[in-house]
Amino acid sequence: MTDTTDTGPVLAADGTPLKKSLSRALRMQKLRALMLIAPLLIFVLVTFIMPIADMLFRSVENQIVQETLPETVTALASWDPATGETPGEPVYAALARDLKVAVAAKTHTRLGSRLNYEKTGISSLFRKTGRKVKKWDLTKDAPFKEKFIKIDKDWGDVGVWKTLKVYSPKFTNGYFLNAIDMQKGLDGAKARPENQQIYIKLFKRTLFMSLVITGTCILLGYPVAWILANLPMRTANLLMILVLLPFWTSLLVRTSAWKVMLQQQGVINDVLVWLGLVSDSGRLVMINNQTGTIIAMTHILLPFMILPLYSVMQTIPPSYVRAAKSLGATNWTAFWRVYFPQSVPGIGAGSILVFILSIGYYITPEIVGGTTGTFISNRIAYHISSSLNWGLAAALGSILLAVVLILYWAYDHIVGIDNVKLGG
Amino acid sequence: MAKQNSSDAFVEFERVQKSYDGETLVVKDLNLKMPKGEFLTMLGPSGSGKTTCLMMLAGFETATHGEIRLDGVSINNIPPHKRGIGMVFQNYALFPHMTVAENLSFPLEVRRMGKSQREEKVKRALDMVQMGEFGGRRPAQLSGGQQQRIALARALVFEAELVLMDEPLGALDKQLREHMQFEIKRIADNLGITVVYVTHDQTEALTMSDRVAVFDDGRIQQLAPPDTLYEEPENSFVAQFIGENNTLEGVIQKINGDICEVRLDSGDIIDAKPVNVTKAGERTKVSIRPERVEFNSERLQPGAHTLRAEVLEFIYMGDIFRTRLRVAGNEDFIVKTRNAPDQVRLEPGSQIEIGWLPQDCRALDA
Ligand SMILES: Nc1ncnc2c1ncn2[C@@H]1O[C@H](COP(=O)(O)OP(=O)(O)OP(=O)(O)O)[C@@H](O)[C@H]1O
Ligand SMILES: [Mg+2]
Repeated sequence: MTDTTDTGPVLAADGTPLKKSLSRALRMQKLRALMLIAPLLIFVLVTFIMPIADMLFRSVENQIVQETLPETVTALASWDPATGETPGEPVYAALARDLKVAVAAKTHTRLGSRLNYEKTGISSLFRKTGRKVKKWDLTKDAPFKEKFIKIDKDWGDVGVWKTLKVYSPKFTNGYFLNAIDMQKGLDGAKARPENQQIYIKLFKRTLFMSLVITGTCILLGYPVAWILANLPMRTANLLMILVLLPFWTSLLVRTSAWKVMLQQQGVINDVLVWLGLVSDSGRLVMINNQTGTIIAMTHILLPFMILPLYSVMQTIPPSYVRAAKSLGATNWTAFWRVYFPQSVPGIGAGSILVFILSIGYYITPEIVGGTTGTFISNRIAYHISSSLNWGLAAALGSILLAVVLILYWAYDHIVGIDNVKLGG
Repeated sequence: MAKQNSSDAFVEFERVQKSYDGETLVVKDLNLKMPKGEFLTMLGPSGSGKTTCLMMLAGFETATHGEIRLDGVSINNIPPHKRGIGMVFQNYALFPHMTVAENLSFPLEVRRMGKSQREEKVKRALDMVQMGEFGGRRPAQLSGGQQQRIALARALVFEAELVLMDEPLGALDKQLREHMQFEIKRIADNLGITVVYVTHDQTEALTMSDRVAVFDDGRIQQLAPPDTLYEEPENSFVAQFIGENNTLEGVIQKINGDICEVRLDSGDIIDAKPVNVTKAGERTKVSIRPERVEFNSERLQPGAHTLRAEVLEFIYMGDIFRTRLRVAGNEDFIVKTRNAPDQVRLEPGSQIEIGWLPQDCRALDA
């Protein structure tokens, strides 16, 4: 027996410190547990963490300029754009050398498209120049300044050189500035002209519409969840199938169905006209706008509100409402003062689910949103698949991620994340 | 207990029936009259319809048939919140999102009472259950016994004249239970409120109540003060259900006014008091309380019938001795004797003669 009144570390039977022998005994167990979850861990790492990390990296990454035009970038460092004059001959010479290498490796067109995001026309400028530079002899054809300007007078434009200089560092906040409707210049960032500002508006619209969708989901889902939670088990399970039914049909089918329902010659308008509620010429426009997106997305996301609400409501014993009534509360007071506060965790969980899902929703707004009902996610998709401006898409995505995290944090502070329950 | 007529009954059930499914009656023909200030306990096995009766009184279930009156007024169609009946639930049903004080002031708020008046009443109610300094806590931060007190205080704070309690002490340990039984009784007596109390703990029912209604199978089997219930059960269910009881089965030989002769199945003849047997030849269950069995032949009445018994087991329980006998074929015949200096301790295996006073031995329905 070890003497426990001893002030030193407690010893195990064989004399080693108890802590050490305990951790040794547990190590095997921990290792085995780790091995069991290893496949999932790797899966999550590869498919979830890494893409996010990659996205964050891409949103600031800008190595292409330096890699393609290393000498030009160095030479440009001493050029002062404030003078309003184009750089001197050394810069043009460096550009010629860089381009010679780049053309051989065919990387100059990629750089062209990259810089074209910042200043239109650069892409064709690089392609055109590339074809000519290929034929130049670097040692004999100097000086190059005139030659470049002869190829395209854009080479004599200070703006092009400014763009090159601004985007020469390896990392840039340019994508982020673009994502919030600003423009990166040598003398700092400034707002884009009014008619080019789209992203802030889209972010605001996305947030606003997600809130509206969350709100309508609460309004429509709460009574349904309440009925489900208060019906006998058998009936409730049967009705639950109806709630889950939408999950069994393709998202695309459901969204397209809304298109059929909501269009001007669609079922709803036909019924309204038939009822005489709207005139034939005044058919309601419910599709390809915000209304369409809100209706279709509410329908699609409703189960995500009902399920957590239902499972939280199921855990509220009926004796609370009974107690409230026996104490003299009317049905409404008993509901509002006693039942509702206890269902708030369900509302919280449902709202977080619906809101976060809708803030990043893509397919439904794309199909029924038209131009006024699209989300920021549609713009991200456009930059990924059409304009191929992945950096901007990544910056928009990162902002979206940050917004979600901030809202989550705010929710935690205001309501408390302990107040979110997905079930008993 | 004073005799009541319908005019001074405070709570009255008249021919009340209740069915949940339209097929079986959970409550069958309930008739009950309670005077003001009475502490009445509904006692009965699980599923006998106690909670259902309470819920009908509180207004959460509607009676399928019959009438329930409160202070002479039919309340069948009055919604629960207008009945003004205080209620203590089995799981207390304290609102978890409100503090103790908020819980207590809830019934006052819905009655639109002023703030200062509310605070005063809440304080008084908390002091009454000796929980004065717990007003700021949440129910989850209280022990079971403390929650119980708060639930009681909440049912009393709006000065309900009738308070219903459905197994309020069910979740407490024995010691706390006994303490709370005393406490509830004291408060009820002090305030002069009428209480309908549901339990399936018979000790609780016997110690607290003015009258006990024994429920079984949706009917009141007997409604009587505790001592009557224990000493004069009216049928074999009540005799079995209340306290410990020895049963011997047999057939009535003859009835002679206050005394009848019963031939047990073993052939022995004993005397008993006819309670709900009417004629000779009827089967009967004879019930004798373990503490009324006498084996000291000197103390028996001369000429009393006795039975032979074999001692099977002797259990020392401190204050009492509990002896198990085989009597007339029944191996579970219990005799309880007080642990007194002159008390004999029966040896297992020995043969003895036992007997009892005829009035302690009740011939009940079979
Ligand atoms: N809401 C209900 N729907 C259908 N049947 C019910 C309902 N509530 C109770 N019952 C049935 O009615 C009968 C009496 O139930 P009740 O709750 O009144 O019994 P109890 O005497 O309070 O029992 P316990 O001591 O177990 O609380 C039981 O058979 C029960 O199954
Ligand atoms: Mg019950």
